[in-house]
Amino acid sequence: MTDLNKLGLAEARDLLRKGETTSVELTQSCLTAIDAAGALNAFVHKTPELAMERAKAADERLKGDDAPAMCGLPIGIKDLFCTKGVDSQAGSRILEGFKPEYESTVSQNLIDNGAVMLGKLNMDEFAMGSSNETSVYGNAVSPWRRDNDDAELTPGGSSGGSASAVAADLCLAATGTDTGGSIRQPAAFTGTVGIKPTYGRCSRWGVVAFASSLDQAGPMTKSVRDAAIMLEAMCGHDAKDSTSADLAVPNFEAMLTGDIKGKKIGIPKEYRMDGMPGEIETLWADGTAMLKDAGAEIVDISLPHTKYALPAYYVIAPAEASSNLARYDGVRYGHRATLEAGDGITEMYEKTRAEGFGHEVQRRVMIGTYVLSAGFYDAYYNRARRVRTLIKKDFEDVFAAGVDAILTPATPSAAFGLGEMTDADPVQMYLNDVFTVTVNLAGLPGISVPAGLDAQGLPLGLQLIGKPWEEGDLLNTAYALEAAAGFVAKPRKWW
Amino acid sequence: MLDLTYELPKPKVISGAKHDWELVIGLEVHAQVSSNAKLFSGASTQFGAEPNSNVAFVDSAMPGMLPVINEYCIEQAVRTGLGLKAQINLKSAFDRKNYFYPDLPQGYQISQLYHPIVGEGEVLVELGNGTARNVRIERIHMEQDAGKSIHDMDPNMSFVDLNRVGVCLMEIVSRPDIRGPEEAAAFVGKLRQIMRYLGTCDGNMQNGNMRADVNVSICRPGDYEKYQETQDFSHLGTRCEIKNMNSMRFIQQAIEVEARRQIAIVEAGGTVDQETRLYDVEKGETRSMRSKEEAHDYRYFPDPDLLPLEIEQEWVDQIAATLPELPDDKKARFISDFGLSDYDASVLTADVESAAYFEAVAEGRNGKLAANWVINELFGRLKADDKDISNCPVTPEQLGGIVALISAETISGKIAKDLFEIVYTEGGDPALIVEERGMKQVTDTGAIEAALDQIIADNPAQVEKAKVNPKLAGWFVGQVMKATGGKANPKAVNQLVAQKLGE
Repeated sequence: MTDLNKLGLAEARDLLRKGETTSVELTQSCLTAIDAAGALNAFVHKTPELAMERAKAADERLKGDDAPAMCGLPIGIKDLFCTKGVDSQAGSRILEGFKPEYESTVSQNLIDNGAVMLGKLNMDEFAMGSSNETSVYGNAVSPWRRDNDDAELTPGGSSGGSASAVAADLCLAATGTDTGGSIRQPAAFTGTVGIKPTYGRCSRWGVVAFASSLDQAGPMTKSVRDAAIMLEAMCGHDAKDSTSADLAVPNFEAMLTGDIKGKKIGIPKEYRMDGMPGEIETLWADGTAMLKDAGAEIVDISLPHTKYALPAYYVIAPAEASSNLARYDGVRYGHRATLEAGDGITEMYEKTRAEGFGHEVQRRVMIGTYVLSAGFYDAYYNRARRVRTLIKKDFEDVFAAGVDAILTPATPSAAFGLGEMTDADPVQMYLNDVFTVTVNLAGLPGISVPAGLDAQGLPLGLQLIGKPWEEGDLLNTAYALEAAAGFVAKPRKWW
Repeated sequence: MLDLTYELPKPKVISGAKHDWELVIGLEVHAQVSSNAKLFSGASTQFGAEPNSNVAFVDSAMPGMLPVINEYCIEQAVRTGLGLKAQINLKSAFDRKNYFYPDLPQGYQISQLYHPIVGEGEVLVELGNGTARNVRIERIHMEQDAGKSIHDMDPNMSFVDLNRVGVCLMEIVSRPDIRGPEEAAAFVGKLRQIMRYLGTCDGNMQNGNMRADVNVSICRPGDYEKYQETQDFSHLGTRCEIKNMNSMRFIQQAIEVEARRQIAIVEAGGTVDQETRLYDVEKGETRSMRSKEEAHDYRYFPDPDLLPLEIEQEWVDQIAATLPELPDDKKARFISDFGLSDYDASVLTADVESAAYFEAVAEGRNGKLAANWVINELFGRLKADDKDISNCPVTPEQLGGIVALISAETISGKIAKDLFEIVYTEGGDPALIVEERGMKQVTDTGAIEAALDQIIADNPAQVEKAKVNPKLAGWFVGQVMKATGGKANPKAVNQLVAQKLGE
């Protein structure tokens, strides 16, 4: 069989169960595709030997009756996840050469479910960025290009490597993490599906922390069904993460009926931004119509505090990051600057962190330090926390009024060109998160579903926001939207 | 419970060159929770282990590692709070205190700034001279200990031992109710006594399991009373904090030295800077730890890795139900049940083991006599032998046997001391020893009378003198005791001597 790497999780799983292919074949196919896709710079640490070893073991397990859900399926893992004995450096120089002695809970869950890790995926440094351009490895590149244009485009960020790899069929699926939109925005930019589950659904143990109260892991896949399969394999209660929810994990795939008759879908007026491209407006309207046609009831809703979400996010996330990143000090692991005679501990910290962190990370550490400092704490951090409470309440009120899910655009635009934002005000880049950060602040599940192409042939995504712990229902709504949108476009292969 | 009433101790007054000054002292006592595992990791807390051997991934702040609260540590903090008659907060929360130091791998200490687990309480601090003060406790919060930086192993490098990182500490914060160096030491001693009773902290100051930061300020006589009326700190002087004191003796010295330093500054027209200072034991002076420019901004904020800590009143009640009898109650009971003096009761309740030993000795016997024997004979003997109650060779049953023999007048007090020495060094059942070695007191007046008659007959001159000077009767008593090998009942001898010489 050729092009096994182009399969999704569900299809490959079914072929494996029927004995029509093997994990070794699937894995080999992906490894070949990865080797040919250096230009995408998606995989930054390849683990072919480990992959083949796990593939062989999976093939053995598949001979029995009790092979787990993802047995033998080759996937990529975002560099933010600590993977035992394998480089895990969060896209940062400061973790150069760091090979953890432990496996993150999420990646361990995937291993336990039989998944085969192909390697580690590119990302913005410490997951801070929306274009993958802050990575120490250099940016990942989107497999998509505008019609009649060779300009390289961003795969989005921070899970840019994951999005690029899935869209380019270098793997069947990948893990991502989402603090302000880092799964959903790259998914939208690359015509893939990405879900950020409810905060607490996936364990954060072993995932390099960016902003602890916002970080969530999730799958990035080629279809909603694949997202359901992989989310179920990734998530679950973990006693090692105090913020992990002790709730049973439903069979998400079994909930994909496509029947959304009578579901109430909210369209929030505050997401209609000034200067929003017409194509995004159209996409949103089309998506609304599709859900209506599928039997859902469409209601206009208001989430009044939406406009304060982005500023609140850019206070809370850097505040937590400034503290979370304090541990990268050159003392115990990772990069340490070469010191000069007479340098003391202060110089070691300053030089190490100046060399080890890129500019965006430094900017956010400084912002975070500032907003937490004496005299500014109440004006910034505490106020942002109050805003967060209000945003959460906006959603609670809407759900209490009977809304089942909320439909919004995933991003304010299609993918932009790499380097296009280099000289822009950082806030321009932050605006990429405008539709996604509210979901993180409220701790809700959100999914990006590819729903169409723009005039230049680039994918656009719609976001569905669900009720807490109702990922199954959310996935089903997304499944209906996916079916109605019928998005089948693939990037033409140029790499 | 017996209501013990005390006079308030007088505040320490130090005479400066110009005025008299009083001291105002508040303490922050860091007590290591007696727990086998750390506050947020499963790593061992064993003292004296190989450097960096008791370190979990979360302790060394490896990427992606998360803290998980050790419930046992929470229980010990609640227990301590209950022992200090303090408010237990059913909802508390952990905050991060951010600063950089190599022995703080996370770059922040997890502590409880905004919502501590224990609120206001109080501790009765007795000074042993009939005076005592109720010192108010402001709060107890839980926090992680830091590691240890070692600067003297290499001329160019510093080393870090992370064994202590993450060990659970309780920080017990007092109000500025303490008025002198002795009171400060007594306060620390009382906290230690209570925590040892509770089993929540071993109080070992040498190992650093209990340390204190001491806040000292000075004020003119009368100003403190104004503060008390208004709770307005402006009536008090600017305080300095002396960090990390791990000896009662040094706490007292440092307070005195620091107070005198502040007095000298103020009397010379200067002002005291609010700052953190260290006590230099060698030089006997305090010195500034860091200047204002280096003052930390700790950027406290709620730790997003930990949910707020919510505990149930029912659980607190269960812990309260298992609380042992506390020192104040035990002491009051000893005074009322056994008729002990305040002093004896204090000595015997100093630690749980001594109290339990005493109770076993006193059970069904003369309490006062038992107290005398435990305090004077037993403790004295143990001290001479460099032993304590935990490795005492005499069981309470043995000592109780001796006390019973005295009460029954089977042996005299003098013989009892010999008997005690035999039991202490050789062991054995006191009653049996008395029997076997013929140590029984002679109460047969006939035998005593015969001996006395002989002595009177042999010493007519002494008899004449004694008739003029009754104090010489003692000589006859001594002679009788000698003649009977010390076994004569002294009471009977005294009576007979008085009777015969009076004839």
